[in-house]
Amino acid sequence: MTASAPTFPVTAADSAPEKSFAWWAMVCVCATEASLFAYLIAANFYLDLQSSRWPPAGIARPGLLKPALMTASLLLSSAVLIWGERGIRRNNARRLATGLCGTLLLAALFLLLFASEYRDKLREFVPAQSAYASIFYVTTSLHCAHVLVGMLVLGYTLLRVLRGHFSAEHRVGVSVATLYWHFVGVIWLAVLTTFYLAPRFS
Amino acid sequence: MPPAHVQSLDEWPDQKIARLATLAREPAGTRRLRDQWETPANWLAWLCTVDHKALGIRYIVTACVFLALGGVEAGVMRLQLARPENRLLTPEMYNQLFTMHGTTMMFLFIQPVLSGFSFYITPLLVGARELAFPRVNSFSYIAFLLAGVFMYASFAIGQAPDAGWFNYTPLSSVAYSGGLNIDFYAIGLLLLSVATTVGSINLIVTILRMRAPGMSVDRMPLVLWSSLTTSLAVLFAMPALTAGLLLLELERRWHFVFFAPGGGGSPLLWQHLFWVFGHPWVYIVFLPATGMLSMVIPTFCRRPMVAPHLVALATMATGLAGFGVWVHHMFATGIPQVSVDFFSAGSMVVSIPSGVQIFAWLATMWYGRVQLATPMLFALAFIVQFVLGGLSGVMTAVVPFDWQAHDTYFVVAHIHYVLAGGSMFAVFAAAYYWFPKMTGRMLSERLGKWSFWVMFAGFNLGFFPMHIAGLLGMPRRVYTYLPGLGLDTVNLLSTVGVLVFMAGTLITLWNMVRSRRHGALAGDDPWHANTLEWATASPPEPYNFARIPLVQSRDPLWDGGVTVGPALDDGRQTPRTTPLDATWETAVQLPRQNAWTLILSLVLFAACFGALVRNRWVMAVCLAIVVLSVGRWLWPYQRQLLETEA
Repeated sequence: MTASAPTFPVTAADSAPEKSFAWWAMVCVCATEASLFAYLIAANFYLDLQSSRWPPAGIARPGLLKPALMTASLLLSSAVLIWGERGIRRNNARRLATGLCGTLLLAALFLLLFASEYRDKLREFVPAQSAYASIFYVTTSLHCAHVLVGMLVLGYTLLRVLRGHFSAEHRVGVSVATLYWHFVGVIWLAVLTTFYLAPRFS
Repeated sequence: MPPAHVQSLDEWPDQKIARLATLAREPAGTRRLRDQWETPANWLAWLCTVDHKALGIRYIVTACVFLALGGVEAGVMRLQLARPENRLLTPEMYNQLFTMHGTTMMFLFIQPVLSGFSFYITPLLVGARELAFPRVNSFSYIAFLLAGVFMYASFAIGQAPDAGWFNYTPLSSVAYSGGLNIDFYAIGLLLLSVATTVGSINLIVTILRMRAPGMSVDRMPLVLWSSLTTSLAVLFAMPALTAGLLLLELERRWHFVFFAPGGGGSPLLWQHLFWVFGHPWVYIVFLPATGMLSMVIPTFCRRPMVAPHLVALATMATGLAGFGVWVHHMFATGIPQVSVDFFSAGSMVVSIPSGVQIFAWLATMWYGRVQLATPMLFALAFIVQFVLGGLSGVMTAVVPFDWQAHDTYFVVAHIHYVLAGGSMFAVFAAAYYWFPKMTGRMLSERLGKWSFWVMFAGFNLGFFPMHIAGLLGMPRRVYTYLPGLGLDTVNLLSTVGVLVFMAGTLITLWNMVRSRRHGALAGDDPWHANTLEWATASPPEPYNFARIPLVQSRDPLWDGGVTVGPALDDGRQTPRTTPLDATWETAVQLPRQNAWTLILSLVLFAACFGALVRNRWVMAVCLAIVVLSVGRWLWPYQRQLLETEA
C-alpha cells in the first residue's frame, strides 16, 4: 500500500468529552426535559389567559426575596462547578472534588430556601384551591426533583473522583454531570420568570 | 431504463464478491469476534441481552402480539356493528374495546413495531456492530413490554380505559370516570413514554455518531432520515403527553386542579396538550413507514431512488410541520377564528412534502424496471391507500367540511387509511423485505401474494364504506345505530371487509411460522439490494460485520462503493465517526448485558402498581431501588471500558 493509506486509531487523538456518545445523549435528555418544562409553562400561561386575574383573587403577588437568593445559590453553584471542572482538565482531581463539594453545598442551600418558600406558600394556598396553585406547585416541585437528581448525579461523580476515575484524558462522566447541572440552573431561570417575574407585568 | 452505473451483484467482478464475504464473516476457524459479541447461553443473559438483533425481533414480535389483541378488539366491535340494535356488547364494554383498540394500535403496536425494525436494521445499515447504548435498548424493550402488560392488566379487574385513545377531559376526570380505568391509561402511558424516549435517544446517537467511515449525511439510506426525524420528534412531542398525563393523574387522585373549570382550570388544556403530542405522533408512526418504502421501492425497481435529497428534506419538513397543525383536531371546539384559519392552512401545507415523497416513488418506478415481488405489492398498496387517506385528510383540513365530518366515521376511515392502509401495509412490506435477513429464510411468495390480495381487498371493502357511513352522519364511538337510516348495508360491508382483512394478515402469520423452518435458504443478499445490511450474513453474525465497511457511495452494493476496513476485534469495539462527514474518530468499547436493566424496568413496573393504588410506601421503596440500580448500571465495571469510555 502507499504511504497515504488510511489509519484507524482505536484511541481518540482528541479526548474532548463533547465528542462522546454520553454527552450527545445528555444533550438529548436536556432537550426533552426542557420541552417538558416548556409545556408546563405553556399550560400556566394558557390558564392565565383563560382567567380574569392571575394569581387569582386572594393570593398576593409572589415576593422576590427568597427566589432571588435561590437564583443566586444556583448560579453560584454552576460557577463553582465550572471552576472545579477546569481543574480536571489539568489533571487536578483535588480541585474537582472541592468544586463538587462546593456545588453540593450550594445546592443544599437552594433546597433549604425552597423548603422555607414552600412552608410560606402552603400557609397561603394549597394545590386543591385553584388552577394557579396547582400549576405553581407541580412545576416548582418538578424542578426541585430535578435539583435532587442533579445532586445525586454530582454526588455519584464525586464518589468516582475519589476513586480516581477521572483525568484530563478521561473526564466524560464529569462533563455529562456538569452539563446536566447547568441545565437544571437554566430551567430554574425559566421557572423563576414564569411564576415570580411574569405576574409583576400582567 | 436503469442508469448504466447500476450493476446488480451478479455482475460484480469476483474480487468484489470476495470483499463482501470478508465483511460478512470471520475467516473459517476464527472465533475472536464471535466470542466477544455472542450473548452467553444462560437464561439471565437471554433475558437481559443487549443484542440489537434479538431485541429488534422481540420488539416486532411483542408489537405483533399487541396487534393481535387490538385486532380481536376491532373484530368484536365490528361484529357488534354488523347489524342495527345488536346486543352482543353493552355500551360500557364497547367503550373499553374502542379505547383499548386505539390505545393498543397507536402506542403498543405501530410505534413499537416501527421502532423494532429501526433497532434491528439501523446498526446494519450504518455498518456498526451495535446501537450506541446497548443496555438502554434492553431496558426500553422490557419497559415497553411491561407498560403494555400493565395497561392490559386492567381487563383482569374489568376496568379497562374507556374514554377513547385521546381521553378527553372532563369525561376522563374523576367526576365522570371514578374507577381505575383512566388511571391504568395514564400511568401505563407514563411508563411507555420513558421507554419510547430513551429508545429514540439511542437511535439519534447511533445514526449521528456510528455511521461507517465515509457514509456522509448525503449517503445515508433514506430510512435513517425517517428514524432520525421521528426520534427527534419524539424528544419534543412526547413531553406534552407526559405533562398532560401527569396533570391528569394529579387532578384525578391528588386533589390538584387543571382541567375542571370550577377552580380556574380548562378542559381544553387537555386537548391542547394531547394534540401537541398527538399530531407529531401521527407522523412518528407514519414517517418510518415512508422510509421503509424508500428502501423497498429502489430495490424492486432496480435503480437508485429518484431525488433522494429532496425526499430526505421532505421527511424532515413533514416532521417539523407536524408540530404546527395540532389545532386541526379541535376545529369544533369554538376556538378563535384566527387560530382556525392558521391551522387549516398549516394542515394543507403538510400535503406538499408528502407529495414530494410520493412523486419521488412514482418517478423511481417510472424510470425503473418494476418487479412485483410481495414487498413491492405492499409498497404499491401503501401508495394508493395513503393517497386516499391523505386526500380525506386535506378534506378535513377545510374547516366547514370538518365541522360536518367531525367525530363521524369519515374520520375513522381517514385515520385507518393513513395508519392501517398506510403504515401497517408498509410494515408488511418491511416484514417481507427483511424477513430473509432476520431468519436466513425466504417467505413463500405464493402465500405472500395471497395474503396481500386478501388484505388489500378486505381493507378497502372494510374501510371505504366508513367514508359513506360518516357522510351519512354516523357518529364514531357509539355502540349501535337504529335500522332504516341507510347505515345497515355500509356497516355490514365494513364488518365483512374487516374480517377478510384479518384473514389476510393470518395468512402472513402462517407464512412466517412455516417459512421460519421450511422456507428456501435466503443467502446473504436475496433481493440484490443496495444497502449495507445485505453485506452481512443472513441472519447476521453476532458481530454484524467481521471487518468495518468503508463506504464511498449512496448505493454501495450496487456500484461497488464499499471496501474492507479494520477488524477491530480487541473487545466489543465499533467505530465512532463525525456526525456530518462520518470521518473516523476512534473505536469505542460497548458494554455487555447487565441485570440492572431488567431490575430497573421491573421496579418501574412495580411503581406503576404503587401509583395505581396510591401506596406511598411502595412508591418510595421503588424510587430508592431505581436510584440504586441506575447507579449500579452506570458504574464502570472494567478498567478497559473506563479508559475508552465513550
